[in-house]
Order: sequence, then structure tokens, then C-alpha cells
Amino acid sequence: MKKIAFILISAFVISACGDKKEKKDSTNDNGLTGTIRVDGSSTVFPITEAVAEEFRAVAPKVKVTIGVSGTGGGFKKFSRGETNLSNASRPIKEKEKKACVDNNINYLELEVAYDGLAVLVNPANDWVDSFTVEELKKIWEPAAQGKIMKWNQIRSEWPNEEIHLFGPGVASGTYDYFTKAIVGKSGSSRGDFTASEDDHVLVQGIAGDKFSLGFFGLAYYAENKDKLTLIGVHNGEKVVKPTLETVSNGTYSPLSRPLFLYVNSTSVASQEVVEFVNFYIDNAGILATDVGYIPLPAENYATQKNNFKTFVENNR
Amino acid sequence: MRKVKELLIEKLLFASASITIIVTIGIICVLSIEAFQFFSEVSIVEFLTDTQWTPLFTDKHFGILPLLSGTVLTSFIAIMVALPIGLSISIYLSEYAPKGFRKTVKPLLELLAAVPTVVYGFFALIVVTPFLQIIWPNLSGFNSLSAGIVMGIMIIPYVSSLSEDALQAVPNSLREASFGMGATRLQSAFKVIVPSASSGIIVSIILAISRAIGETMIVAIAAGQQPRLTLDPTVPIETITAYIVQVSLGDVEHGSIEYRTIFAAGITLFVFTFLLNTLSYRIRKKYQAKYE
Repeated sequence: MKKIAFILISAFVISACGDKKEKKDSTNDNGLTGTIRVDGSSTVFPITEAVAEEFRAVAPKVKVTIGVSGTGGGFKKFSRGETNLSNASRPIKEKEKKACVDNNINYLELEVAYDGLAVLVNPANDWVDSFTVEELKKIWEPAAQGKIMKWNQIRSEWPNEEIHLFGPGVASGTYDYFTKAIVGKSGSSRGDFTASEDDHVLVQGIAGDKFSLGFFGLAYYAENKDKLTLIGVHNGEKVVKPTLETVSNGTYSPLSRPLFLYVNSTSVASQEVVEFVNFYIDNAGILATDVGYIPLPAENYATQKNNFKTFVENNR
Repeated sequence: MRKVKELLIEKLLFASASITIIVTIGIICVLSIEAFQFFSEVSIVEFLTDTQWTPLFTDKHFGILPLLSGTVLTSFIAIMVALPIGLSISIYLSEYAPKGFRKTVKPLLELLAAVPTVVYGFFALIVVTPFLQIIWPNLSGFNSLSAGIVMGIMIIPYVSSLSEDALQAVPNSLREASFGMGATRLQSAFKVIVPSASSGIIVSIILAISRAIGETMIVAIAAGQQPRLTLDPTVPIETITAYIVQVSLGDVEHGSIEYRTIFAAGITLFVFTFLLNTLSYRIRKKYQAKYE
């Protein structure tokens, strides 16, 4: 089943002719109808997808379509008013804010969960036990392009074999976040690696290559534990692996981050969007845990819910 | 009345014929204009000689060679697979197989070309690559070898079908003369029939190559997305077509230099397939004259 889902999702994304997951109707009913369009980060996608699936039990006639264009791609559509909600794995950028203002789009930012960025290698890799931030920087910074090509250039005791790098593409919030945290400047990295907005492509690439190294959101590691090895990152004091505990208490530093959902103000005129977002906030904690992320503290969800309530009242 | 009808039909036919030409001219215009703007920012010398292709990243390089090497490498592997198999099939079907058998097998073979290429892509990624990794443990998950092999399987019908037509077109008198001289079937097939049909066979190969160069799905799925100047078939590479897919899907700003790289890459691809198609057209023309 997982495999089929993987094939479908990847096929849709690659073929560009339908990167939407459609949730079909079933029988019971509470009167809500309509379509909710969501696009954006592939990292937030699993949470939104899980919420949409549960939401179907409450409002079977509401169709939720979720695209995975990456955070940047999602904001592009969001700022043109093409989507109701936008998944984001980083806060909205100034440029994107401006695009929203230009098109008269007001929005609300909601924090939905925490994520750790996982650094991964192939299970057949028996030489790496941890990375320091400096080592990751040395591998990924722009200056490494065409120069840092072998494992033993990072630590001399590692094998004299070519290193094959996999990472999210430039439209991805994960890429922006990783480059900011590791290289120091968002969007600045080497260019000679396999870059894909589709995390399944990265999983497939790392799982099939002994000399691979890659990074992506923790949830995709949780789905593929048997095919990948998670590597701890030295936070300045000790080596820490991303877990529920280390991400939420901030010791998995610098690679943990909050995830966001953005709501378009004109959309909250539709009751189904309001219901969906409320349902999202109520269930994000549990569902985020299910798909491999870390929930916010309960009081934060309460704050988000209040913010959203005010936002809805102001935009009625 | 009849005259009007005739005229109307003539005009309709002319219109449908001109649509294809107009569309082609339109595509060439769009490609050229955008590519021209690209080359006003990036020198054509850099484009053709730089060995790195990283237009989306910090340290921007615009060398088409890594993408070109990826395209050439996968197409070469595909032809290495399709040529011997396709040619053997065509010789068997034309010279050895009974007529009834040929009539059933040929359409079946052509079915290979009817399989959606996205299916071939996943076949390469989740069946062929793991199988090759049993033999070759250091093979990457994405590599040009399995993509090339599967692409070769896909283009077998192009080679076999067109070559078979060419072999069939050789006049029977040549066959009979060869048998009359006491040649065996094998001797007449390889020493008389194949050389006489050689131009048709070459055309089939060129068309297959041009199909392989333009193929997108298989290489985008199975060969990786990392532009790399190499002829090593075991590592991830990126072809011109796969790059165009990757960029069109991302969030590149319209009118930016990153956006225009698509057209520069596209026109390179176009020039290649155009040259190959012209070549095949020339050869075919020469070949038609031969036995008429």
C-alpha cells in the first residue's frame, strides 16, 4: 500500500499534470460543501493530509486538494489568491509578503508543529557516527561545489569514495532552513547535488546508494526507518539525534524548526474553511505525532485557536 | 455546388496542414527569442565549454556539457540495447519467420512503444536498478545504466519495425538471385539483404536515437537529477529533458535568467533532434530512389 502511494505521489509530482491529492466524498453529511485548496511545503504535507483525511469523517462533501510545490511555490500561488491555505516550513519572506499586499491578500500565520531536519545516510554506511555543524557546512557550502567530492575530504579516516548528495530543491522551505542553519545564509549552497522537491525521491536515492548523504524533514525518516540511517548532529556540547524530546526542548540544534499553516483572509468567509482550520488546530498535535513530527505545547494550540477566532471575526 | 464543396474541402485540408507548420514555427520562435535573451546574458562560449551546470544555486554556472553528457550517455546505452535486439528481431521476422507469425508478432512488438513512459521509468527505478545492484553493489539508486537499458527496451520497436519494413522492401529478385547462387539463408540475409536495406536500417536507428534523446519521463524518474559531466553509467546524472522538467516544476520566476535556462536547454535539444531528423530524411530520400 505504501509503495503504491509512493508511486502515485511521485508520478503525479513528476508528471506535473496533477500534483494534487483529492479527497473523495463518502456518505454521511453535516451540510458543508465546497473545495479547499492547499499547496506548499512537502514537509507540512503529511500533517495536512492526515488532517484532511480525518476531516472527511466530519464533512464528507468538502473536497480538500493538497499540492506539494514547496514552501516558495506554495506562497507564490497563495499570494495570487489561487489557494485558501498554504503549508510552509519557514515563515513568509518579505518578498512574499509584498506579493500578498500587492494582490490585496491578508493572511494569518498559524504554528502547527515542530520539525527536526534529519541528516541521513545509507544503512550500509558504517563509518559515519555523527556530524558537526562545521563538517556539514564544509560539505554543503557554495565553495564546496566541484571540490568536496569524497568522504575522506571530510574526515581523513572515512573512505576514499565519492560522496553522493541528496537534498530538497531550491523551492523547498527545508532547503532554505537547512542552508540558513548550516551555511549561514538562506538559499546558499553548492549546486552539484540531486535536488528534488519530492522527499520520496530523496528517500529512494539515499536508500539505494551506499555512498549517499542527504537531509530532509524528520517525518519522512519516520516513514522509512528501515531504509535509512539517522545521523546525530553535534550541537556544540554533545551529539544529539532528533527525537520528540530533543526537538521540542531545543537541544537538537540548529536543525529544529516550527512548521506553519497560512490562512487567506477572504477564504474565512467560507464556513468549510473555518471548520477545517479549527479542526486542524484541534487535531494537529495528535496527527503531527502520528506522522512523525513533534506537537506544540497544548497552551500554544489554544493561543492559535484564539488568534484564528479573532481573525475570522475581523474578516467576516 | 460541387465546386464550392470541393473548394471548401481543399481549404479545410490546407488549414489543417498549415496548423502543424504554424505551431512548429511558433515553437521555434518562442525558443529562439527566450534563448536569445539568455545568450545576451550568458556568453555562448561559457554555455558550450563550462563543465558545471548550477543555474539555480549560489555559485551559478551555465555549462550545458553536463546535461549533454547525461543525454548522450543514456541515449548511447539505449541504442546499445536496442540496436542488436531490434535488428535481430527484424531479420528474423523478415527472412525467417512464417508470414502468419510475423503478422501477429509485429503489432505485439509495437505495443512496447505504446506503454506509457512513466511506467517504464518506475520499472527502471524499482525493478531494474535493484536487480542490477545485486550484480553491482556500488550502483547508485539513480543511475544512467538502468534508465538507458529500459529506454533501449522502449525503442526496440522503432528499430525492429522500421528495419523490417526496409528489409521487406528489398526486391525479391535479389533474394532469389542470392539463393540461385547457392547462398544459404544466413548468407543471403547478412551479405545481400541487410546491405541492400542498409539506408533504411540507418534511418530506423537515427529515428530511435532521436526518440531516446527526447525521452523525458524515464530519465527524470530513474537517472537522477544531478548534472554531472561524466561517462560513468553507475552514478546519478541529469539529462536536458529532466532538467527542463525539474525547473518547470519548481518556483522559478518568469523572465529570470534561471527561467531562460529552460529555453537555452530546449533549443540545444531541438537543434540535436532537428539535425538527426534532417539526416534521416536525406538518407530516406536517397534510399527511395534506389529501387524505383
